[in-house]
Amino acid sequence: MSRLTFNRFADSLILVVAILAVWVGLHAYAGDSAISAPATTFAFAGRLLVQPSFWTHVAATMEAFALAFAISAAGGVALGLVLGVRRFAGDVAEPILGSLYTIPKVTLYPLMLLVFGLGMSAKVAFGVIHGVIPIMLFTIAAVRNIPPVLLRTARALRLAPVKTATSVLVPAAMPEVVTGLRVGFALTLLGVLIGEMFASQRGLGFLIINGINNHDVRMTTAVTLLVVIFAVAANSLLLAFDRRVHHG
Amino acid sequence: MPTRKAADAHAVLRGVTRIYPGGTPVHALGPIDLDLAQGEFFSVVGPSGCGKSTLLDVLSGLSPPTEGSVSFEGKTVAGQVPEGIGVVFQEDASLPWLTVRDNVAFGLRHAGTDSAEVDRRVSYAIGFMGLQDFTGAYPSQLSGGMRQRVCIARTLVLQPRLILLDEPFGALDQQTRLLMGDELLRLWRETDATVLLITHALDEAALLSDRVGVMSARPGRFIDLVETSWARERDSRIVSDPAFGTVTGRLWAALRPESMKAIGRPQP
Ligand SMILES: Nc1ncnc2c1ncn2[C@@H]1O[C@H](COP(=O)(O)OP(=O)(O)OP(=O)(O)O)[C@@H](O)[C@H]1O
Ligand SMILES: [Mg+2]
Repeated sequence: MSRLTFNRFADSLILVVAILAVWVGLHAYAGDSAISAPATTFAFAGRLLVQPSFWTHVAATMEAFALAFAISAAGGVALGLVLGVRRFAGDVAEPILGSLYTIPKVTLYPLMLLVFGLGMSAKVAFGVIHGVIPIMLFTIAAVRNIPPVLLRTARALRLAPVKTATSVLVPAAMPEVVTGLRVGFALTLLGVLIGEMFASQRGLGFLIINGINNHDVRMTTAVTLLVVIFAVAANSLLLAFDRRVHHG
Repeated sequence: MPTRKAADAHAVLRGVTRIYPGGTPVHALGPIDLDLAQGEFFSVVGPSGCGKSTLLDVLSGLSPPTEGSVSFEGKTVAGQVPEGIGVVFQEDASLPWLTVRDNVAFGLRHAGTDSAEVDRRVSYAIGFMGLQDFTGAYPSQLSGGMRQRVCIARTLVLQPRLILLDEPFGALDQQTRLLMGDELLRLWRETDATVLLITHALDEAALLSDRVGVMSARPGRFIDLVETSWARERDSRIVSDPAFGTVTGRLWAALRPESMKAIGRPQP
């Protein structure tokens, strides 16, 4: 194991220990009626993982999430590229998007429920409103931060506009776009889970809120734990990819 | 001022000015008249911000002149960089996502050259620029001077007939700079290309060039054209030739008042 991998491993271990410590502390402070203890939770989570009914909820969440992330990513990157390249439109759009994004999205939930109703489309919509704007903002910044000399190089090398886009613009913007996708990934997942809490009878978000309603603390804690593990694992993968495209 | 026959001219600027539009338009360049002779090594010196890079932009076709005209090999340059002109920019223009080898091959591949020929020319240019031990490295793993060499190699492989270089050795120490100058001279002799070199080093200009154009403070105009009369076979050992001191002295005499203007009245 190289020194760097070892350090990363050590960092992760410290993080896990810290989280467990906070968890034990919270449990000691608030008691079994608010959060279940780590050992109980792991045991319960283990049992959940072998129940087919749990996996139908996982599948429901994943379906909504995959759809929402695909829409956020495609829409965010495409619009971001256009707004980044069209400097003037971008100048107008960027502050609007920035302030739109700072609106507490919870205020939009009632409206979204009226428009999309309960179920899949609402969950996807919740995911998209959380994920698409950050991806767009990162993509706009990615295009703007391309050193102008690279585009001048493309012209000096007599590249056609389409070639310039595919072999200079896109690769030059890629690292920051990937960072945007990583951030958007986490936020889209958050949005979908919230959507399930408000607007669905299925999915992991529903299990969490249902656990709260039924005073099933173990269920709520265990599902939360599994979601966190999934999110952290996915983020680590994306981070590794992110590092790869950042060339040194 | 020495003049050359129009028939020899490889590139010609007539009454060229460049004014950057905007709230307060910036008159960056000109009016400039210049005939670059076929195969000549021409250097441009001038105070910081006087419009040297702007001159390169206009001559290469990257920017249109505000007034006047530019022609290369008898054809008007308008709107795009003509085939046959190669440009090396002042800023680092290496592509960070490509290895040294792919950077050097980049323009050639897009020009549709067949891959055996690409390989041959790229290997040659990489060797010429002393990058053979770094072909698989990414620009982030190279020094500033090496990245600039990557950019020079990328231009060389296209075998341009007019090479425009904007302070290509700016990031190098004096010794390396002198040696790179020798390499540039070797390249110039081997290719018969016309070279326009922008530099802030008077000794570099004096040593490399057939002719040096001294520019005024912004808006840049040529206030002196100094001919050196060096033999075509020359190298950095010219620095010990008494004529070298004379040329450098004349350049500085022309440039000193302009440089003082550039410092004394800072540009907005
Ligand atoms: N895109 C632009 N818009 C407005 N003004 C510009 C632009 N590019 C350059 N200028 C101005 O034009 C003048 C000439 O710039 P230029 O880059 O050609 O100078 P230079 O001689 O190359 O300077 P240096 O020696 O520092 O490289 C400067 O005053 C600069 O501020
Ligand atoms: Mg310059």
